[in-house]
Amino acid sequence: MSLVQSVDHVALLPAYLAAGTAVLVLLADLLVARAGVTVAVAAVGAAATTLGAAGVGTGDERRTFCVGADCSYVFGGRAALVAAVVALLTLGVLALSGPLLRAGRTPVGEYAFLLACAMTGGVLLGAAGDLITLVVALETLTLPLYVLVGLRRGSLAGAEAAVTFFVVSVVATTLTLLGAALLYAVTGALHLDRLGAVLAADAHVRDLPLTTVAVALVVAGLAFKVAAVPFHAWAPATYDGAPLPVAAYLSTASKLGGVVALLAVVQRALPATVTGPVLALLAALTMTVGNLVALRQQRTVRLLAWSSVAQAGYVLAPLGALALAAGRTADARAAAYAAAVAYLVFFVLLELAAFAAVVALRPADGDGGTLADLRGSARRHPWVGGAFALALVGLAGLPPGLAGLFAKVTVVRALLAGHAGWLALVVALNAVLGLAYYLRLIATLYAAPGPATARPARLVVAALGVATALAVVVGFAPQLVLDLAAR
Amino acid sequence: MTFGEFLLVAVLAVPALGAVAAVATPGDRAGRLVGTVAAGLTLLATLPLVSGDHGWFGYGPSPAVQPWHQLDLPWAPGLDLRFHLGVDGISWPLVVLTALLTLLCCGYTLWRVPEGGGSGRALVALLLVVEVGILGTFLALDLVLFFLFFEVVLLPMYAIIAGWGGDDRRRAARKFVLYTLFGSVLLLVGVYVVVAAAGTADLVTLTGGSGLPRGTQLAAFTLLALAFAVKSPLWPLHSWLPDAHTQAPTVGSVILAGVLLKMGTYGLIRVAVGVAPEGARWAAPVLGVLAVAAILVGSLVCLAQDELKRLIAYSSVGHMGFVLLGVATLTATGLQAALIGNIAHGVITGLLFFLAGAVKDRTHTGSLAELSGLRETTPRLAGLLGFAAVASLGLPGLAGFWGEAFAVIAAIRRGGGLWTTLAVLAALGGALTAAYFLRLLRRVSHGRPSPAVGRLAPGLAGAELTAWAPLVLLALAVGLAPALVLSYAAGPVNALLAVFD
Repeated sequence: MSLVQSVDHVALLPAYLAAGTAVLVLLADLLVARAGVTVAVAAVGAAATTLGAAGVGTGDERRTFCVGADCSYVFGGRAALVAAVVALLTLGVLALSGPLLRAGRTPVGEYAFLLACAMTGGVLLGAAGDLITLVVALETLTLPLYVLVGLRRGSLAGAEAAVTFFVVSVVATTLTLLGAALLYAVTGALHLDRLGAVLAADAHVRDLPLTTVAVALVVAGLAFKVAAVPFHAWAPATYDGAPLPVAAYLSTASKLGGVVALLAVVQRALPATVTGPVLALLAALTMTVGNLVALRQQRTVRLLAWSSVAQAGYVLAPLGALALAAGRTADARAAAYAAAVAYLVFFVLLELAAFAAVVALRPADGDGGTLADLRGSARRHPWVGGAFALALVGLAGLPPGLAGLFAKVTVVRALLAGHAGWLALVVALNAVLGLAYYLRLIATLYAAPGPATARPARLVVAALGVATALAVVVGFAPQLVLDLAAR
Repeated sequence: MTFGEFLLVAVLAVPALGAVAAVATPGDRAGRLVGTVAAGLTLLATLPLVSGDHGWFGYGPSPAVQPWHQLDLPWAPGLDLRFHLGVDGISWPLVVLTALLTLLCCGYTLWRVPEGGGSGRALVALLLVVEVGILGTFLALDLVLFFLFFEVVLLPMYAIIAGWGGDDRRRAARKFVLYTLFGSVLLLVGVYVVVAAAGTADLVTLTGGSGLPRGTQLAAFTLLALAFAVKSPLWPLHSWLPDAHTQAPTVGSVILAGVLLKMGTYGLIRVAVGVAPEGARWAAPVLGVLAVAAILVGSLVCLAQDELKRLIAYSSVGHMGFVLLGVATLTATGLQAALIGNIAHGVITGLLFFLAGAVKDRTHTGSLAELSGLRETTPRLAGLLGFAAVASLGLPGLAGFWGEAFAVIAAIRRGGGLWTTLAVLAALGGALTAAYFLRLLRRVSHGRPSPAVGRLAPGLAGAELTAWAPLVLLALAVGLAPALVLSYAAGPVNALLAVFD
């Protein structure tokens, strides 16, 4: 056996592109030192990463860094989807950052560099084949965000948010790592598939108390990243203190990362008998608490933050079907994972559109403000307001927001296919709760005009337009997303 | 594409495009006009749907749903969703009624835009979107598609109430949308309970409960019946209705009472009874008791009601009780009574809300205490109100009679202590209905003109007469020749009930 591993560089191409973007951004900032160029390099890099991921993803699954049959890097259909979506979200958030960067309180080079670094983590995440790669990818995604949250000069709220986020996130990572170490101690394996095989084959190992503890630690640590109740308290404070585009990134790309990591370990490594009931409970709690608290929010970003806590509950809900034996057949499991991924894709699209609209309607360097600050803005800016309302209706899961409606339908269908009728009912009733506060925000948008707002920045409006157009397209052709998610 | 398929697409596409065109047209009045033309074209497109193969004369086993025309296209196989439309004798009268009422409402808006809200063309556009949702619900032959259209109406109707309604409109609109969304999400779960068990969402295949286990049917029927009971509404799930009807602008009330409620009763017949007959048989006594309770509660509340629109709204609870009683008997007579009751209620209550709107617009009050002597100052309006009230209380010869009488007859024919008692109580409710409508007429039409009524001009606007005349004529026509509705429905109803024999 050769000691030199052969590395499949094609499989790594998307990761190279993402990491290369980060380096180029840094160099461009050093050498050219013009804000426009730096941002343009980052945008081109993100676009190239998207294309690279899509290109590599259309081929067969590629594996590299293998020890025997176990590989640490597996770039298949789902990895390509995650990489492409993260890169696209990065592109979108870059577009939203225009007004923030122009306002001058945020260093452009550092901002773009950190965003590109986070993108690298997200691109790697979907392809991670062992627990350590997974945690490293997740941390690469999250670490730059601690800084991004607090990057605005002279913003006390930003600094507070950054510290909250940092402390909670580090604790979460520690928990996951401890869980991974314990799993290694019990099974001697770190690769996800190997772990799954060992735990499935050896009932003795599976029933060890230590195994249960290890599984609980891994799931809890990742639940922090997803902001699932009861590990959610950091999210609203952090979102509200962060600059708006960073909050958008946190609630889309970062949340996507957490869910993808959770999916990977639940699907491939951990025994469903243990994770299923935990996830079902987590999902039910997350959506209910998120929706109930969102009802009372007066600040726009906090409302969106709590709503995105609730949305994480819907994403996790299909996995709750694993709680019952009927949900653990191969078909039902595949349907549940595909449903979670599909929901996630619909969700990030709508969430990005919603944040883009908030950025468009608020002053350049401002925070999200209160609901009253948005009063009547849909009458003042009918197109932006209309797109905002459409995104919110989609998040609530009603027509004309067909993308969101089909997302909910996918989840309910997967749950009933797995015979988890009670959880389907919980999801359904939560949709009613959700509509109550989304409707409050929409009604505010269309109320009699309040304070005048600035003209929306053109780039932000363009990003909003693209996100809305995509949401409309997948709303009429949901099969596109379902096919991608099932790969 | 055959002519029938073209018509089915046109019935949904014309109002949808009309809504877009109405908003896009510069100028408020021009926009309203464009929308009204679209509504008119939609009505024209619904009429020829009656042509086609009514084939109820074949031999051997045949599917329980035999659409005259249908269109079946794949949409999202991953969700078991097909774009499957079709029309038959159960849905066609409702389709025409929907198109007619929408046209009348759009025409009425051409003449008068309710105060307090945005532009008139936006209102017309929303009316057209609501029409798309209602027509789609009646035409859908795929369960998931049915759910989709069922949800389409929620937000536009919310916007109509919240945008152009009365003083307390926001609260009423919110209550309406949250309450009915509660029904819709139960429908979603019920639909996928059926789809997960049967592996298909095709209503033609599913009707008759083919192969669904009893447990699934009971669960599915419970969920579906709850969903439709909220929409219909069935006592005790009706409490959204009085507020929504009272606060909605006139055209909103007309659409709400005239056709939106029918989505519930239609769904109950086509989806709940059709897909889960075993569940329907199991739940029929409960449904019957609740229906009669709705009749009695509705009538008693009306007897004590002091607000014109609220009274008419509560009368809907009673009338829909008769419709649901007809469905609950699960007999051919009962279902026929339900179908004609649906149409009659749509026509008459639509007219009543138009008239109540006219009275409120003129006098700026809906309180019965401040209204009296209407026939002294505006005899024509009082006459029409009298006609509509008498039609609504079920005078033989007018449309309201058939549905109520035959629901009671169906319950008696069903036999047994429970159903006979229900029939007697329902008949008593019918008498109470007469009592409160006569009380309404005595308070509003007769007596000395109150200050609010005294200064009214006697005339009616041409637009008002144009909007009301078709409803008056229909109330007469359906009353004199119920075969207009029933002849089409007999075949499908018998096929639907074949499974119970």
